[in-house]
Amino acid sequence: MAEALRRARPVALALLWMLAVPGLQAAETKGHVVEGSRAAGLAECVKPAAQMRRQHMEFIKHQRIVTVHEGVRDTPYSLAGCVECHVRYDERQIPTPINHPDQFCGACHAFAAVDLNCFDCHAAVPNGGQESVSPSRREGEAHP
Amino acid sequence: MKDENPVIDPERRAFVGLAVGIGAALVAPGVILHQVAAAPRAEPVSGAVRWGLLIDTTKCVDGCSACVEACGRENGLDLQGRGETGSSDKWERQKAAWVRKVKLQDNQTGRIVNLPMMCQHCEHPPCVDVCPTGASFKRADGIVMVDRHLCIGCRYCMMACPYKARSFIHGEQSGQLTRAPRGKGCVESCDLCVQRRDQGEDSTACVDACVTAGHEAIVFGDLQDPASPIRQMLKELPNRQIREDLALNTGVRYAGV
Repeated sequence: MAEALRRARPVALALLWMLAVPGLQAAETKGHVVEGSRAAGLAECVKPAAQMRRQHMEFIKHQRIVTVHEGVRDTPYSLAGCVECHVRYDERQIPTPINHPDQFCGACHAFAAVDLNCFDCHAAVPNGGQESVSPSRREGEAHP
Repeated sequence: MKDENPVIDPERRAFVGLAVGIGAALVAPGVILHQVAAAPRAEPVSGAVRWGLLIDTTKCVDGCSACVEACGRENGLDLQGRGETGSSDKWERQKAAWVRKVKLQDNQTGRIVNLPMMCQHCEHPPCVDVCPTGASFKRADGIVMVDRHLCIGCRYCMMACPYKARSFIHGEQSGQLTRAPRGKGCVESCDLCVQRRDQGEDSTACVDACVTAGHEAIVFGDLQDPASPIRQMLKELPNRQIREDLALNTGVRYAGV
């Protein structure tokens, strides 16, 4: 009997771990959503989280072709959108680059040992907005 | 001959003036609201428009670099890191410049012309012809640009361009703007503020800066729309393409050269 218990212990521990990990992951992900951002008010990202984890690279790769070559900017999958909702702000409200090894993109990519070079070119923190506003429009907004 | 308008009634004038004022006040908010309603583009760009510039060199002022600076701010070129580049002379030659101020002098007459020089957005762009990866391409609305995802940094396009319009990013970049991604190892050039085109704005950064500086030397618009201001000006002002002998049909035209 004692022998059987001793054998079952690692299995039980493994089972417990498997049950706990998804919960932990969910908690981690939740911590990576900026309070007050669009994502904070949503039950899931532009697709369910499980699908985003596996397929986000496919989504943004197709998106980039459509955006760069056809000028379509009104689609759900945008890298700027990822950064906007998932970047973390420190206590002085300064955003930490999202590709740092302890941040939303960087942490997972470090764990999976996948090179992340989106941010060689793309802004890793929200910077200057997704559009610039010409003076004529700025005036228009001031006096609607 | 009898005078048709014998007396000007000052009261009538005041009334008409008031009516016009009220009318303008009622109509103007509608016009402005229409501008604010600009939204991100949802449909692919089409060949129904061809964007272009007309530069009136007689209005371009020697020593003014408002357009160059505005281009830098719009596209994050003012954030460029110097990287490992050695001498400052080398850096001046190598740093990315989408617009350059050029001064031309006719040695026989001494006439000097100032003009901003940028990508000419050719209908038949040599940079697109030579690109081995398809990174250099012409968008349906006539904007010649680089898909940095495909660019391998071979710089054939820089050799092919007759206007020296393209730059290569030699060093690692940081602090890029969300609207203008740019990084080491890619070629880049003026894209007629493509982010503004896709958000439905009606001008480019250089055009706005030139207006603010009080020169109004650059006009932006649709070259295919016969009613557009740029087409009207192209009809009136004597203008030409730079290196028209190459038959590239440039989208940027110059008056007064």
